[in-house]
Amino acid sequence: MKRPLSAVTDRLVIIIPYLWLLFFFLIPFFIVFKISLSTTAIAMPPYTPVLSLSDGVAALMSQLGEFSFDNYIWLTQDALYFNAYVSSVVIAAISTFLALLVGYPIAYGMARAPATIRPTLLMLVILPFWTSFLIRVYAWIGILKPEGLLNQFLLATGLIDQPLVILNTHTAIFIGIVYSYLPFMILPLYSALEKMDYSLIEAAQDLGCTPISAFWKVTFPLSLPGVIAGCLLVFIPAVGEFVIPDLLGGSQTLMIGKTLWNEFFANRDWPVSSAVAVILLLLLVVPIMFFQQAQARAQEQGR
Amino acid sequence: MKSLGNIRRDFAPWNQPDAKPYIQFKNITKRFGDFTAVNNLSLSIYEREFFALLGASGCGKSTLLRMLAGFEEPTEGQILLDGQDLRGIPPYRRPVNMMFQSYALFPHMTVEQNIAFGLKQDGMPKAEIEQRVADMLKLVKLGQFAKRKPHQLSGGQRQRVALARAVAKRPKVLLLDEPLGALDKKLREETQFELMDLQQTLGLTFVVVTHDQEEAMTMADRIAILDKGEVMQVATPAEVYEAPGSRFVADFVGNINMFEGKVADRNGAAATIAGANGLTIRTANAGDAAAGTEVAFAIRPEKIKVSSKKPESGDNVMEGEIYDIAYLGDMTIFHVQLGNGQVVKASSLNATRATEDPLSWDDKAWISFRNDAGVVLTR
Ligand SMILES: Nc1ncnc2c1ncn2[C@@H]1O[C@H](COP(=O)(O)OP(=O)(O)OP(=O)(O)O)[C@@H](O)[C@H]1O
Ligand SMILES: [Mg+2]
Repeated sequence: MKRPLSAVTDRLVIIIPYLWLLFFFLIPFFIVFKISLSTTAIAMPPYTPVLSLSDGVAALMSQLGEFSFDNYIWLTQDALYFNAYVSSVVIAAISTFLALLVGYPIAYGMARAPATIRPTLLMLVILPFWTSFLIRVYAWIGILKPEGLLNQFLLATGLIDQPLVILNTHTAIFIGIVYSYLPFMILPLYSALEKMDYSLIEAAQDLGCTPISAFWKVTFPLSLPGVIAGCLLVFIPAVGEFVIPDLLGGSQTLMIGKTLWNEFFANRDWPVSSAVAVILLLLLVVPIMFFQQAQARAQEQGR
Repeated sequence: MKSLGNIRRDFAPWNQPDAKPYIQFKNITKRFGDFTAVNNLSLSIYEREFFALLGASGCGKSTLLRMLAGFEEPTEGQILLDGQDLRGIPPYRRPVNMMFQSYALFPHMTVEQNIAFGLKQDGMPKAEIEQRVADMLKLVKLGQFAKRKPHQLSGGQRQRVALARAVAKRPKVLLLDEPLGALDKKLREETQFELMDLQQTLGLTFVVVTHDQEEAMTMADRIAILDKGEVMQVATPAEVYEAPGSRFVADFVGNINMFEGKVADRNGAAATIAGANGLTIRTANAGDAAAGTEVAFAIRPEKIKVSSKKPESGDNVMEGEIYDIAYLGDMTIFHVQLGNGQVVKASSLNATRATEDPLSWDDKAWISFRNDAGVVLTR
């Protein structure tokens, strides 16, 4: 009698993540999707139809008939949305690349550090999470603004004689994203580099590679799963990022997160903002699937 | 005593005074912090030699190899390769290839790509690389595995890929760090002969590290026995076994009985040794041990005969009692306790299925050996 019972508990354990996904992802997603098919209304909630069974099944059926894809068509008609999507992806891609450039040497250094100090280094990478994300982004305003710390320093050392305009430019957004998401880049890179056998690099050198070519032929290819994981962990949240472009990028920056905020709070157009969110999600699902495929491939490689 | 040369082939440049060593370690010391891993070590290895470094774990074998490959620099001393000082030359510019203890195959490359790696690095033309890789695959009998990744191979196959990769560049010197450590006994024995064949065919100089003395004896032209970063003896396998230079070497290689004593009387090369509790040993060759010197008389178990009756004649005959018997199938090892309390090991080959002279526990027994069966050790 023990076996069937354990089979049931086994099944339950597997069900938990699915339930989680159902309640906190699929159901909310369908609610958003439903709203995206509605029309705005001056009401509470601010859209129609509001589905309810109280008026009977026939009424419900006729309400369902009111759903339309008009909001999605609207998104294609105003260039604002297309531009916002493209600019978000471009900004996120550039930031991800910069984060990789900054994060790789850090992760490499950590992986090569003496084993005794590695836990400390890891701790230091995670340390910023102990303060609020919002406060850290605000702090960058104080650093980057024309009379901010950075400009004061550069003026004092005589490197420049006019304050640099960084705040409210794309540069400030890049700095903000790279700074905020760097740990997500470093951690997977570190874990990929740390488990690499150093004798592989010695073998490459033994077979005639200079240290630099040994890096490109052995170290880097073997760290690719970490590179991909790190890039996706930075890229995906960066595309939909709202706080950083809003605080550091000024009014000019066009990012989909800001557009969504405007539709939702300034225009109170829930259906259109829902449609924006659904498209954004589809845009991000593609890289996630790519990520999973890469992971499966890495697993198949036996690493 | 007749000199014991290389019994495997007619090759003994170390006996020719005008032969130039190919690899020379000159007074090499290597320290890690305040720990001395290699201590003032000097060694000469000749071209086309199969040279083995044998020693217990941690005695500095790998360190020596890594200094030759260029992964470590000696703290003091000089390493010469074909007359050239190797100091400061990085690993990728040394005409030396290493087969790693862990194999260190590139996991993201196929067998073929692994073998071609070093050749590509040298900028060899593509067609030539293909030809060389095919030759190598044939040599290590891995033709049908060319497109596999290392994790899809068995341990023995991986080891052969590592070998092929190291040999592919035709290095002047091939360094092998415990090349057969991960293999089972049978595969290990097979591969030992494959390695010897390979070395003969390609005419390379091999330096192999091992802590398995049988492996060293089987493969090598000469063996260096190391202890705590120092060379104890460099000699052919036969010399190491039959004429060990010190108590350490005698004890380290194979089984041996050691009689501590004093040279009582010398008569030309021959001598009488007085052991503990009135034991007397007659030997035909006591080397340069003068009368009165503290020495050890060392003799291998297979050179001692055990019998139940007192032998009629013999250079050395001693009485004792059977203390223990180990039957190993091909031979039997007797532990005989002598009158002075010392236990002597004697092995006898089981040449027939029945023993005509059955010996049992606690039986009285006689051991005997010739006067040229053992060696006198002063160190
Ligand atoms: N990088 C290092 N730092 C500190 N000590 C080291 C280092 N490399 C080796 N040692 C020490 O030097 C000694 C010799 O090491 P080595 O690796 O040469 O031993 P080995 O003879 O190859 O042993 P084994 O048969 O176990 O492989 C050991 O005591 C080891 O602890
Ligand atoms: Mg070793």
